[in-house]
Amino acid sequence: MSLKTLKAILLTSSLVIGMGAANAQTLKWARAGDSLTLDPHAQNEGPTSALAHQISEPLIIRDMTGKPVPALATEWGPSESDPNVWWFKLREGVKFHDGAEFDSEDVVFSFNRAMSEESNFKELLSSVVEVRANGKYGFEIVTNGPNPIMDSNLTNLFIMDKGWAEANNAVKVQDVEGGEDTFAARNANGTGPFILVSREPDAKTVLTRNDNYWGIDEFPMEIKDIIYTPIQNQATRVAALLSGEVDFIQDVPVQDLARVGETKGLKVITAPQNRVIFFGMNQGDADLETDNVEGKNPFADLRVRQAVNIAIDREAIKKVVMRDQSVPAGMISPPFVNGWTAELDAVPAYDVEKAKGLMADAGYGDGFSIRLNCPNDRYINDEAICQASVGMLAKIGIDVQLEALPKAQHFPLIGGLQTDFYMLGWGVPTYDSEYIFNFLVHTKGEKFGSWNGVRFSDPDLDVKIQGLASETNLEKRNQMIADIWEVVQREQLYIPIHHQVLNWGMADKVDTIVSPEDTPMFKYFKLSE
Amino acid sequence: MLAFAIKRFFQSIIVLLVVGLVAFSMFNFVGDPVDSMLGQERTDADVERVRISLGLDKPFPVQYYKFLQGAVKGDFGISYRQGRPASEIIAERLPATLELAFVSAFLAIVFGVVLGIFTAIRRDGWLANTIMSLSLIGVSLPTFLIGILLIYLFSVELGWLPSFGRGDVVDLGWWKTGLLTKSGLLALILPSITLGLYQMTLIMRLVRSEMLEVLRQDYIRFARARGLKDKSIYFRHALKNTLVPVITVTGMQLGSIIAFAIITETVFQWPGVGLLFINSIRFVDIPVMAAYLMLISVMFVSINLIVDLLYFAIDPRLRVGKSGGAK
Amino acid sequence: MFSKLADNIQRAKKSDFMYAFRHSPVAMISFLVAFILILSAIIAPLIAPHNPFDPATLNLMNGFSAPMVPNQYTSEVFLLGTDDQGRDVFSTILYGMRISLFVGFAAVTFAMVLGVSLGLIAGYVGGWVDAIIMRIADVQLTFPGILVAMLIFGIAKGFTPIDQRDEMAIWVLIIAIGLSEWVQFARVVRGATLVEKNKEYVQAARLNGRRSGGIMLGHILPNVLGPVLVIATISLALAIIAEATLSFLGVGAPPTQPSLGTLIRIGQGYLFSGEWWILLFPALTLLMLALSVNLLGDWLRDVLNPKLR
Repeated sequence: MSLKTLKAILLTSSLVIGMGAANAQTLKWARAGDSLTLDPHAQNEGPTSALAHQISEPLIIRDMTGKPVPALATEWGPSESDPNVWWFKLREGVKFHDGAEFDSEDVVFSFNRAMSEESNFKELLSSVVEVRANGKYGFEIVTNGPNPIMDSNLTNLFIMDKGWAEANNAVKVQDVEGGEDTFAARNANGTGPFILVSREPDAKTVLTRNDNYWGIDEFPMEIKDIIYTPIQNQATRVAALLSGEVDFIQDVPVQDLARVGETKGLKVITAPQNRVIFFGMNQGDADLETDNVEGKNPFADLRVRQAVNIAIDREAIKKVVMRDQSVPAGMISPPFVNGWTAELDAVPAYDVEKAKGLMADAGYGDGFSIRLNCPNDRYINDEAICQASVGMLAKIGIDVQLEALPKAQHFPLIGGLQTDFYMLGWGVPTYDSEYIFNFLVHTKGEKFGSWNGVRFSDPDLDVKIQGLASETNLEKRNQMIADIWEVVQREQLYIPIHHQVLNWGMADKVDTIVSPEDTPMFKYFKLSE
Repeated sequence: MLAFAIKRFFQSIIVLLVVGLVAFSMFNFVGDPVDSMLGQERTDADVERVRISLGLDKPFPVQYYKFLQGAVKGDFGISYRQGRPASEIIAERLPATLELAFVSAFLAIVFGVVLGIFTAIRRDGWLANTIMSLSLIGVSLPTFLIGILLIYLFSVELGWLPSFGRGDVVDLGWWKTGLLTKSGLLALILPSITLGLYQMTLIMRLVRSEMLEVLRQDYIRFARARGLKDKSIYFRHALKNTLVPVITVTGMQLGSIIAFAIITETVFQWPGVGLLFINSIRFVDIPVMAAYLMLISVMFVSINLIVDLLYFAIDPRLRVGKSGGAK
Repeated sequence: MFSKLADNIQRAKKSDFMYAFRHSPVAMISFLVAFILILSAIIAPLIAPHNPFDPATLNLMNGFSAPMVPNQYTSEVFLLGTDDQGRDVFSTILYGMRISLFVGFAAVTFAMVLGVSLGLIAGYVGGWVDAIIMRIADVQLTFPGILVAMLIFGIAKGFTPIDQRDEMAIWVLIIAIGLSEWVQFARVVRGATLVEKNKEYVQAARLNGRRSGGIMLGHILPNVLGPVLVIATISLALAIIAEATLSFLGVGAPPTQPSLGTLIRIGQGYLFSGEWWILLFPALTLLMLALSVNLLGDWLRDVLNPKLR
């Protein structure tokens, strides 16, 4: 390339980029991660669901405020005659992208598919005994006992076309582990507001508006084409937004919010996310591997856990590390969740002197040393939060060695009980405390407590937690939830840090609110000029 | 010749086996793929089931043997992350990396040779000295920082060039190229400068010192004494003699260009194999990591083999090594 | 032994060497800059306003203070500002440079010892030993350093007890970077050994009954010292940059004990947000360090390789 042509290209390029943005109905969307697969039942994971929500639909969705609203089902409820049955009335006249008609056969097929061994959604449906059609537009779920919150488990459970799946040999869920490569992993045929045009994983996915969508008149549906590009490196992602190469990014780093907000033509909108960040401490074992105390487990002493709790300056983390983009927390449940109360979530007062006193009372006046495990690519500023906590804990004599790892290496440490002090974040897709208790509080075992890395175990409490699943008296059930929370708080099972706040950055022309699930539903988006 | 070639070939195979073993043993330590495969709602029973179905419960030699068995057939298994054959994903992503690597190698050679000649001819001129010093700044900063600074300057502040991706690509059936569209070419500029800067400096310095040496040779002095013009001396005689080492070094550097593409691709979200590799590490996508490392090893070993054979063909005296004297 | 070596160099090079040095402003300035930087890294505990590696002394509220501007919460003033954790950037650079230089020097020493001894053995013994060593060298040369580092990092992690991972990261960096640099040394030394081994004085020494080890060290080594010094200098700059690059890929010094590279990785996140000092000062330090060492290496090459003069 001669210098002359290079110059020519440099001069014309500004025009080229400008022209790309000229098409007002196109939305260029970027976020850090890409969808893993197009098979709607193979992965239950944020970016994968977010893309799937544009193409396919569940029976019920959460709208941009997080409220459950009708999608492929128009009405539903628990059966009056049999408390073990939920009924659904399906939407009529809906067509899949390939023109096939939607009916109860597809729903039965999709549920059975989602309950199969390889599905990533079977735990959400573990109480389901049978699914059956009730006429062409009726559908019923039979559970092994009354399930008062069945409907909130269904908002990410997508419906596929039975005929399409059978014709394309995609009846089974893509078995990632078994090394299967199904048609459904790379192709999609949903009923959703957008149709898949092309997809190159990690590079570019193009969607176009489904003009035959059943809700075309009901929702704004102002976006015609969506070009979705994952951009991992955060500086590059911000650069792409600042230079106008993308219109919408879901994860603006907190330090860049001001810059994006001040840039002409761009804005940032913010909302609390359905995710709480906290530390877990191994309080169950008699001795710890990763500390320097011989024959004893300092975290087994409630006073040490309480000392850690009040030694963390959540306000400082919020102000400096999170730049005000977090809500300090006092419990490990996001505010959207049934069971959350403002009293439980009250932030513990930061008090170094009192913490030192508690440490001394527990016999650790001279402190001890412990390893803290943190992810470095999962939560907003996860590594920086841990680093800041290292400094705060040093002030009460706890010498913390920080190990920050990518999430793929961090999470197995928790599941495999190889860490005694760790960071974890938790989102509650069912919006009910039971989900938290099942995974984080119940004794670790075959079916429950898989994320209980604090080794807490209380058989009586386990009975109570399991009882939640079949308690249909909501008032009684809520009381049980409150009782369980009381124990969790009293025993200082976890050290809550904060609730995450979502920051979506976008061009001025984009008009939306932030979904607490971090899942944009583009059919709700408006584009103004 | 044939005996030598066969011997070298078998040595290369051994090298590949060793690399395979090293790469494979690494997988046991980079993390547990099971957790990234199962979602938040996994139970411990799920984890056990998946471990068994992946064969992760088997002893290490058994796992390695199975891996080799597949690798020979070009089958590295199915990507845990994308659910498609790892070799297919690599094949799909390779064009992006190769285009980036060749364009940056090309830029590096062109600018490297031109500037090398210039700085050799004008040894003590201020411009030559400035270029020499500036070129050192380029290699005194880490690649990722150079990339980000280029993005800041040319994409954010000036708005001239795209900050990420490959632009529009044309599908030739077996090769998706970004070289045929304007946006594709524009998207290449910043990443290829980032990637090629180091090699350019290297080539420039090599050309310069080779030129200086050649210019001292007797035949050049004779040519000058015979009254040949400077221009013809520089280009007909001197440059010709500097090109062999330059080509050799560039060939050997191709490997490191592809390796450093990992960083460039991460910074610019360039959808090549380097970015794929980084992602597969984050997701503990063992089949893709294995396929990538084996591909890279095969590439490096082949380059080595070819260079060796060429040297052998040119100069049969070089039995064991091209590792001659000090340079 | 080494005093004799030093004598040799001095006698051979002193006049020329010092003359060249005094007449090259670039060399003098580079040397001065490198010297000041290395010295300040060594005496960091004496000149740094605080120890950024001691978490108990940090105050998070000091975070993101601009240079010489009082912090909005604590009113403290910092010469070069503070980073995201409230660490004084000036102190962190000094301490970070210690890590970078330690990794650099240790890696180069490792590469030099490995490369020089393998080169000597390959050249002196010859035959299949030579073949094997140089084969390994070829493979090493084509296999890029950053990949080697990532491989070693992955493997080492499996073998290291959890509580020693921080220290391990540093040693892995040293070994990985060292491994990717030794080939240069080996090639140069082998080449020189091949030439020297048949010279009369070595033959004479051998006839006099000297052991081969002694011959290699006493006679051949001094002759290759020049090129080895040049390679070592340039390798040092390469090693410091390599460390920075690896930290970008997450294979580097831990964030609680950052090297210059880790500081730059952290700082690049603040390029757009206006906190330029978090990136600029560590980057400038790295640039000055690598540049001055590179320029010195360049100059050394010219001086010690009279062919090019």
